[in-house]
Amino acid sequence: MRPAGAMTARAVLATELTADGRSSRLSVLRSQGFLVLRPANASGPEPLVSGRRDVARVALAAGTAGPLGGDDFALDVHVGPASTLVLSEISAMLVLPGSRGGRSRLRITVRVDENATFVWIPKPVIAARGCDHEQDVQISLHRNARMVMREETLLGRHREAPGNLRTTLRISCEGRPLYHQQLRVGPDAEGSGSAAVLGESRAVGSVIAVDPAWTAAAPAAAAFHPDAVLTPLPGPGVLISAATRDSLQLRQVLDLGLETLGAPWRPLAAGLNRDSAAGAQFKTAG
Amino acid sequence: MHDTPAKSKERALRIGIAGPVGTGKSSVIAALCRGLSTEFSLGVITNDIYTDEDARFLRSEGVLPGERIRAVETGACPHTAIRDDVTMNLIAIEDLERDFAPLDIVLVESGGDNLTATFSPALVDAQMFVLDVAGGGDVARKGGPGIARADLLVVNKIDLAEHVDVDVDQMVADAENARDGGPVLALSRKRPETVGHLCDWVRQLHRAYIGGTHTAIDPGPMAPHSHPHPHTTDH
Amino acid sequence: MLSDGRFPAGGYAHSGGLEPTVAAGRVSNAAELEQFLVGRAETAGFVAAVFAAAACSMASRGETVALAGLEAELDARFPSSELRAVSRTLGRQLLRAMSTIHPHPYFSVLAAAPHQPMVMGIAAAAFGLDSRAAALAILHESVAGPAAAAAKLMPVDPFEVHAALARASARLDRLSEAAAAQAEAPVCDFPSLGSPLMDIAAEHHKRRSTRLFAS
Ligand SMILES: Nc1nc2c(ncn2[C@@H]2O[C@H](COP(=O)(O)OP(=O)(O)OP(=O)(O)O)[C@@H](O)[C@H]2O)c(=O)[nH]1
Ligand SMILES: [Mg+2]
Repeated sequence: MRPAGAMTARAVLATELTADGRSSRLSVLRSQGFLVLRPANASGPEPLVSGRRDVARVALAAGTAGPLGGDDFALDVHVGPASTLVLSEISAMLVLPGSRGGRSRLRITVRVDENATFVWIPKPVIAARGCDHEQDVQISLHRNARMVMREETLLGRHREAPGNLRTTLRISCEGRPLYHQQLRVGPDAEGSGSAAVLGESRAVGSVIAVDPAWTAAAPAAAAFHPDAVLTPLPGPGVLISAATRDSLQLRQVLDLGLETLGAPWRPLAAGLNRDSAAGAQFKTAG
Repeated sequence: MHDTPAKSKERALRIGIAGPVGTGKSSVIAALCRGLSTEFSLGVITNDIYTDEDARFLRSEGVLPGERIRAVETGACPHTAIRDDVTMNLIAIEDLERDFAPLDIVLVESGGDNLTATFSPALVDAQMFVLDVAGGGDVARKGGPGIARADLLVVNKIDLAEHVDVDVDQMVADAENARDGGPVLALSRKRPETVGHLCDWVRQLHRAYIGGTHTAIDPGPMAPHSHPHPHTTDH
Repeated sequence: MLSDGRFPAGGYAHSGGLEPTVAAGRVSNAAELEQFLVGRAETAGFVAAVFAAAACSMASRGETVALAGLEAELDARFPSSELRAVSRTLGRQLLRAMSTIHPHPYFSVLAAAPHQPMVMGIAAAAFGLDSRAAALAILHESVAGPAAAAAKLMPVDPFEVHAALARASARLDRLSEAAAAQAEAPVCDFPSLGSPLMDIAAEHHKRRSTRLFAS
């Protein structure tokens, strides 16, 4: 059963380089309520770090259903100097309306230090009918930090009209804004169903990759698929953006974008060779 | 550093080339580039209706280094781009002048339009209007601002005259009439001496421009449509 | 005057993303066009309006350092490099036009090819207008541009297009007021409402060999 009252939870996660400098370890792992953090093993294709054992892997699991209306969650992540964190998720996040109504919130802040690497491969956020949810993600990167992250939003469960969802993602690099985007879907988001915003798309998502090697010039734009694009950001990063019919197609197109970007970004599962990994796709939960 | 209007004389002579679709504007520019590029430092701006067709044609002709030929996309409004709102063309010209300084002459091709399109005096110092014999011998007599008052009227493709039953001398005489004696040049790329005359006209114009004796004239806006109130000028 | 489609700053060469949208079959009648205009005003139009409003009030107050900081924040709000470039092209053209029509020292703060909302905001300040007027000017342009392009792109009755624009005016007023209010917040909190289909379409459009509009 769902809890009667709304919940607040705050989880914290930090990594550091081990004393011998050979691998990354978790220095803080604090779960709370809804936000359950667990050390993990590689569970599927990963860009940038496939097959590596010297990185710290953590999976976020939802301790309860939700978020539900009124819930207020926060997750703080700190990737310490020269360490590598891979943050994944056990299942899709189904955002539901609460029995008492009200808005639910999830705030995530990430700091990635010098020479550190952050790989974030969450599962989709699903805006169920009637939900009212706000997700705010702020990532600040050191000038010499690397990052790759994926975000996927599904507009309702199967054949369901989405509730209100508002997401913000802001990435800054050495204090300079690199990427700042908001997405609004649902009945309150006027015009979001128009051809100027999302049209008939039921799934929308992106991959953002940042690499200090791109400081002089990020990879050139590529229109690699009719429903997607790869485009350089105003700084050492690229965006792969896609809007598709469904979640399966979204994942395929985003993976294709990473393929376009080439090694080491193409997602490879540990122990798989290149060819079979290219064909392997995540199965989307939810 | 901002885009600001350059003072004339400190910048290149700007010549507009207008005229109906397919009369040979790009060919005239190609001929001028071939004939003048050893004497002058040249640049070309094309105004296209669909993407950059004309610029690509001129680059493929190899008459100038490709980077000296630039296209302005006009959003299907070729006359607007050379007459009412010349900002895109001005920026393109100023960029060329800056990138290849000192530039002597910039040739600006208008997107092929009808008989009414002329360049704004804010954009060019002089303009030529290109007709061809294939359009029929009557066109010259019909007049219009470009035909009547361009600095030079070119009657192109005279090699085709006999095939299309046009009397070139008559057409030139009609044109001179419509222009109150203003210069008219019969041209064919198959007759080198006519191409020579075209180049001479530009040489002379450039001398006048440098010497400060050339004054830009405005052929005037679009030809008036048959209008019940002849004194209304604003549209 | 600033947002009038006939203001000589080259706006007529752009369709505000309508051309690729029509080509993809996503807009094919007056109702869909009207929705398209609403979507544009509510996302890209609103974001531009907040920045134009902020540029206007900063210029009026002579806050040149803050003005320069707006550029980077706006850059980060254009995920598509193509649309980022289009905004700078339009800004440069508006700046070029203003340098003859109404030169003003505020403009010297700007880079050579500044974003269009920045120039619009400073131009409004130069004309003595307030931030709400600056916001309204750019909101108006965000819908009037594609509306004007529609006539060339699809079989649509021009009266219906103007009816849609008339119906949009209350929305634009409301959005411009909200934009002026938002413009007083810290710049990093300025909105950045995305329009993924526009970002995707822009890059594909650029690669088409035949097109009527530059964007
Ligand atoms: N016979 C003959 N053909 C010519 C001559 N000049 C140009 N043409 C041909 O006329 C056609 C049109 O020439 P362009 O130079 O492309 O004409 P344009 O006015 O630039 O055309 P648009 O830019 O499309 O309006 C081409 O097929 C040329 O080869 C000429 O002197 N004689
Ligand atoms: Mg031509």
